[in-house]
Amino acid sequence: MIRFVLGRLVKAVVILVAVLVLNFTLIHAAPGDPAAVMAGEAGATDEKFLEDLRRQFGLDQPFHVQLWIYIKGAVQLDLGYSYRRGMPVAELIWDRLPATLLLTATAFVISIVFGVIAGVAAAARQGRWGDTIISTLALLFYATPLFWVALMAALLFSVVLGWLPGFGYETVGANYTGLARALDIGRHLILPATTLGLFFTAVYVRMTRASMLEVSRLDFVKTARAKGLKPGVIQRRHILRNALLPVITLAGLQAGQLVGGAVLTETVFAWPGIGRLMFEAIAQRDYNVLLGVFFVSAAMVLLFNLITDLVYVIVDPRIRMTE
Amino acid sequence: MSEAWRRFVRNRGAVIGLVILTIVVLVATIGPLIFPASPWRMVQRPFLPPFTMDGLPLGTDAVGRDVLLGLIHGARISLLVGLVSTAVALLIGVPIGALAGYFGGWVDDVAMRFTEFFQTIPSFALAIVLLAIFQPSLFYIILTIAIVSWPPVARLVRGEVLSLRTREYVEAAILSGQGNLQIIVRQVLPNALPPIIVLASLMVATAILLESALSFLGLGDPNVMSWGYMIGAARTVLRTAWWLSFIPGIAILLTVLALNLIGEGLNDALNPRLSRPGE
Repeated sequence: MIRFVLGRLVKAVVILVAVLVLNFTLIHAAPGDPAAVMAGEAGATDEKFLEDLRRQFGLDQPFHVQLWIYIKGAVQLDLGYSYRRGMPVAELIWDRLPATLLLTATAFVISIVFGVIAGVAAAARQGRWGDTIISTLALLFYATPLFWVALMAALLFSVVLGWLPGFGYETVGANYTGLARALDIGRHLILPATTLGLFFTAVYVRMTRASMLEVSRLDFVKTARAKGLKPGVIQRRHILRNALLPVITLAGLQAGQLVGGAVLTETVFAWPGIGRLMFEAIAQRDYNVLLGVFFVSAAMVLLFNLITDLVYVIVDPRIRMTE
Repeated sequence: MSEAWRRFVRNRGAVIGLVILTIVVLVATIGPLIFPASPWRMVQRPFLPPFTMDGLPLGTDAVGRDVLLGLIHGARISLLVGLVSTAVALLIGVPIGALAGYFGGWVDDVAMRFTEFFQTIPSFALAIVLLAIFQPSLFYIILTIAIVSWPPVARLVRGEVLSLRTREYVEAAILSGQGNLQIIVRQVLPNALPPIIVLASLMVATAILLESALSFLGLGDPNVMSWGYMIGAARTVLRTAWWLSFIPGIAILLTVLALNLIGEGLNDALNPRLSRPGE
């Protein structure tokens, strides 16, 4: 177990270093002076300021020395400075990270739970109207742009019906504490988390349904039926456990898209996470923030992947943790 | 082929998809010829609701531009970006997957670690970073979408090649002295084509979604009208003019839905052994 986790951690670190190299390459591949790129539009005019930056990052030194300086900084959690906001990037991200973790984790859980339940339900009713309704909805949401469904949900549930807040993280100026505050944040969380999870729910519904149908045609299921086991027991113990494996694999792979999708959801709902930070940085051409958010979201994906790997081991005891 | 076509048209969803896509393609190709006016031009007072004025059936947007004209010109951009970026993604993914599957060993290792890296990092965040640094233009948008969407192609092609390379006709080709490149291109890849076609049709759909999301965030080509841009521009007036966000969204939804349905139909038609039970 420990060896397995260590192996995965080493792999994660290699990928993170590769992301840093990619970031560094992008700064230098960008049109124009790397110092101007790092300064964003803020410092583009001040020549002395750019000169300071060049010295600080060793831009007058050979390429590999610069790369080393960059990676060494990132390892010490120095992701550069946002000249636009007058704050270190790491600090900016650190402030916003909890909101994004809360949003993506909730969306992840919502999509897996609802996706698997609906997929199992559809497979159990294969060809009947229940299956048709679930499959059609899944097909529709699979084709719907994430940001559009978020806008429409805000319009319907917040503007028209007034049921849920469609804006922000908590009620401004209410000064709730304790449980009242948690409930308030929870109410604000419902729309962003559901709309972010909707596309992935559709993915898991389709995957679970297909996987359930495939497993239910295997020989051991026929044996179980012949033994006279109740259909519900066969569904849960025999089919679902085996059908879940490809779904979990997919869930791990899709974690990256979920984190990316947070940029769109947070933008629509003014959710104060790193996705919203990224959106603001686009308009301000604040490259340090963009690259920093990219790096941190890659780290988040690796964390999600590690968790799904561990879940996989729990669900499928055949997997030896030697990799 | 006629057998495959028969299986395709028996799939009701695939036929619906084909009808919708045909309409979108017609709009994209002929539409701008019939309505050559620039979709950026102001034609009437702003916020004209749909169905209130002759000649402007879908009304005008926040600065008085014709919404219908925007939809027509946007169709062209969506399809263009979807098709070309998928083609470029195939150009990257097919060779990498084919080399990895055919040669195995360290080539496979290197190629697959590379693919895995691109599959792990959050692709949408990477797309944003790339476009923000390289300034959004149609060329860079297509390139960016291709860069973040080739990994599944490489994995699929690798798997197919891996299973095909041990076939007897490939061994026969090796014995007859054909070169590796010739064997990959002439013997292996043609037989791996059906699943690649299915994946490609689904990738066009994903690429259209990706382009609309990037334009929505303001990373579209500032010189071309696109559906995502229209929604992004209308976002701030959602409360007062909801239809400005609603209408282009439906256009994206229908086009992507059509491509997904066609992809599923192609899957049933070209890979009959994988088709649904009971059929």
